[in-house]
Amino acid sequence: MAEQQQGTERVPTVIVDDLHIVYRVHGAGSGKGSATAALSRIVQRKTSPNVREVHAVRGVSFVAYRGEAVGLIGSNGSGKSTMLRAIAGLLPPERGRVYTDGQPSLLGVNAALMNDLTGERNVILGGLAMGMSNSEIREKYQDIVDFSGINEKGDFISLPMRTYSSGMAARLRFSIAAAKQHDVLMIDEALATGDRAFQRRSEERIRELRAEAGTVFLVSHNNKSIRDTCDRVLWLEKGELWMDGPTEEVLEAYEEHTGGK
Amino acid sequence: MSTVSDTTHEGAVAVSTPPVTAADGGLSPAELAAKYGLSVSGARPSLPEYVRQLWGRRHFIVAYSIARLSAQYTKARLGQIWNVMTPLLNAAVYYLIFGVLLQTDHGIDNFIAYLVTGVFVFNFTQSTVLAGTRAISDNLGLIRALHFPRAALPISVTLIQLQQLLYSMIVLVSIVLMTGEVPQFSWFLLVPALVLQSVFNIGVALYVARLGSKVTDLAQLMPFLLRTWMYVSGVFYAIDKVVKHLPTAAGVLLDLNPAAVYIDLIRFALIDSFTSAQLPHHVWITAVAWAVVAGIGGFVFFWKAEEQYGRG
Repeated sequence: MAEQQQGTERVPTVIVDDLHIVYRVHGAGSGKGSATAALSRIVQRKTSPNVREVHAVRGVSFVAYRGEAVGLIGSNGSGKSTMLRAIAGLLPPERGRVYTDGQPSLLGVNAALMNDLTGERNVILGGLAMGMSNSEIREKYQDIVDFSGINEKGDFISLPMRTYSSGMAARLRFSIAAAKQHDVLMIDEALATGDRAFQRRSEERIRELRAEAGTVFLVSHNNKSIRDTCDRVLWLEKGELWMDGPTEEVLEAYEEHTGGK
Repeated sequence: MSTVSDTTHEGAVAVSTPPVTAADGGLSPAELAAKYGLSVSGARPSLPEYVRQLWGRRHFIVAYSIARLSAQYTKARLGQIWNVMTPLLNAAVYYLIFGVLLQTDHGIDNFIAYLVTGVFVFNFTQSTVLAGTRAISDNLGLIRALHFPRAALPISVTLIQLQQLLYSMIVLVSIVLMTGEVPQFSWFLLVPALVLQSVFNIGVALYVARLGSKVTDLAQLMPFLLRTWMYVSGVFYAIDKVVKHLPTAAGVLLDLNPAAVYIDLIRFALIDSFTSAQLPHHVWITAVAWAVVAGIGGFVFFWKAEEQYGRG
């Protein structure tokens, strides 16, 4: 369902206009790091070489429309995740603008969860962090736990998350994150977690979320999952948009580029 | 790596822009956004809207602070008992040094209760400011992943310290009782005094959180500033006894010091021999004024950089 129909009018949901993102990294200096060197720099009023600027996204522009599923590809460090964060309004742009319809959200609550707390409390905490109300969480609590399959091998949900295997923890994180509906949904390589059965279930859940959401962005290094979910692909390299077009066309060029090295 | 290019069309492959509907063809991105009612992503909300969003996240703020506090001692075998043990041991150290070894009381009745009250109450402000300085930089992962009013972080930092103070209060009240104080009506003054101090602390935490997010060196500097603040706040001695040797202006400043004001109010509430004569003039007005100024000022100051915190 909700296969993209090119309707009479295409409604834009995300407009990215000449976006530049610059990170400032402290403590990345390669020069002398001693205290005396730092002191002499202060005396000579030089700026610290410890602050390095990383120009992560360099002038990207595109328009995404309602009903589209857009894949983002590119080598590691090409600026894909950074760009998603900027679209979500979590990172301020250095230059340029991002216009969105409603509040885009990243699929992921990892940062809000605490390993020392039980799975049960993490479900509640994660839900609240995503902006769900108490009653919404109560309503969805059982679904989240069932979907994660944490309790299939005994009562693990009442144990601290640090006792979980990495696969179990990843499954619970995905289940919490996927419990909320979004207008503009952005997924950052979330598909490759858990065992085979859970992967199938999560792919299905992502398709559901896709159907509910207006527009979906998917970052992945797995070309197969991009082919399965997306109908348009953006190829980012060194922070620049190299190619933007139908999935097959872009992926072929990308595979040729990466395979030819 | 360092070539800065403004064009998106540079690279190995040409960009094939998807077809745009004829009607939208000539529009600039800004006009297109306006036509379909799109808003700028990550823009700072208006102040009333910000307050509304923050209120909407109150459950998250409370849950997050409780979770952080209870995650603190989960690996210790005694667990949550440490919430009470830590202030108790603190008080024991002060008793050992000042009560047993030095036997100083600076001419203050019930010096142990006086001292421990000062230490605990100042510690509330001190640890809130310290944690507030790191509230943004320590939670950058959270800020870059989820949407919520960022003021939630400094506020929850204050709530964590407030819970710790409430545990300390259990210890404090038992010490005060053991030193011969009798519970009386004035103990209820604890509530307004602590509420005012909490509002003041939230304001200061918001203020230093924004400063600390930009000036990362502040976290190193803060302990020294706070120690100086502690020494002028009359934690170990009575300010009114020192003031006699000082110029009037210095005395007025010492009396206006918010930390000293809140410490003295709580001493006045708990310790019978600490009479209203020992309180600075207009102490309640000063306490309210500090809470209002710091609370509102800190909130507005923090809100003004709301969209910037993700940059780190």
